[in-house]
Amino acid sequence: MNEGEIQAFVDITVNYFNQIGGEPARVEPPYMRKEGDSPIHDFTGVIGISGSRKGAIYFTATSNLLTNVLEAHGETQISQPMLADMVGEIANTISGNARFYFGHEFMISVPVVLLGRPSDIRLPENIRSFVIPISWHGSKAHLLVCLEN
Amino acid sequence: MKLLIVDDSSVVRRAIQRHIDDGRVSEIIEARNGVEAVTMFTVHRPDLVTMDITMPEMDGIRAVEELVKLRPDVRILIVSAMADKHTAIQAVRKGAKGFLLKPFNSVELNEALEEILTDGI
Repeated sequence: MNEGEIQAFVDITVNYFNQIGGEPARVEPPYMRKEGDSPIHDFTGVIGISGSRKGAIYFTATSNLLTNVLEAHGETQISQPMLADMVGEIANTISGNARFYFGHEFMISVPVVLLGRPSDIRLPENIRSFVIPISWHGSKAHLLVCLEN
Repeated sequence: MKLLIVDDSSVVRRAIQRHIDDGRVSEIIEARNGVEAVTMFTVHRPDLVTMDITMPEMDGIRAVEELVKLRPDVRILIVSAMADKHTAIQAVRKGAKGFLLKPFNSVELNEALEEILTDGI
């Protein structure tokens, strides 16, 4: 991945949270993931990428962040299935928006949602992955972009 | 007016319901994928459809084709995260009347629906 492609994912993520409203998301500088580094939170939405690029995009967030997003959408009674639904939808939206930059042959799968901590989730070790740290309303999330060149 | 909301995310289906102007819609029907959309469309005969694209079982582009076969003048608004022109053009060629990019707000949703309803009259 080049710098422009990483910046595209930063811009899409910032735009996503801007559209929800409230305070803007703070995106810290992206970095390359080292082996064994698993910035995984309570809920993770995974989108498989095929076509012109191959790999996966992970959006992983704390329950707090997802609760804030759901409340911003007008939800009042928040359950675990709704948190899971939300993380999958965010992963899907960010990945779908990326087709603006990568084109229609950047094929995205339906989201798979994983619950749990780093020990439960194995990230691809054979692809250079970039991590984009996000904080919004004091809660944390990470976008992991794992794409072959 | 009857509205069919097709999206695999229940959060999005509820968000669309909440964002739509009160008084415009008398009945809302939901479907979680293209297969359910075809069934619900046949049973309930909605006046307007909002359609996601990336869904399990049958995607939104295929579902648009199927709904247009059932009623060629059906009013379908695509509500999708797919931000490339090719997808929007493909959806319109298959028979969708409009395209709204996710994430969206209530103003954008209501403007997009208004455009479809006005164009059809």
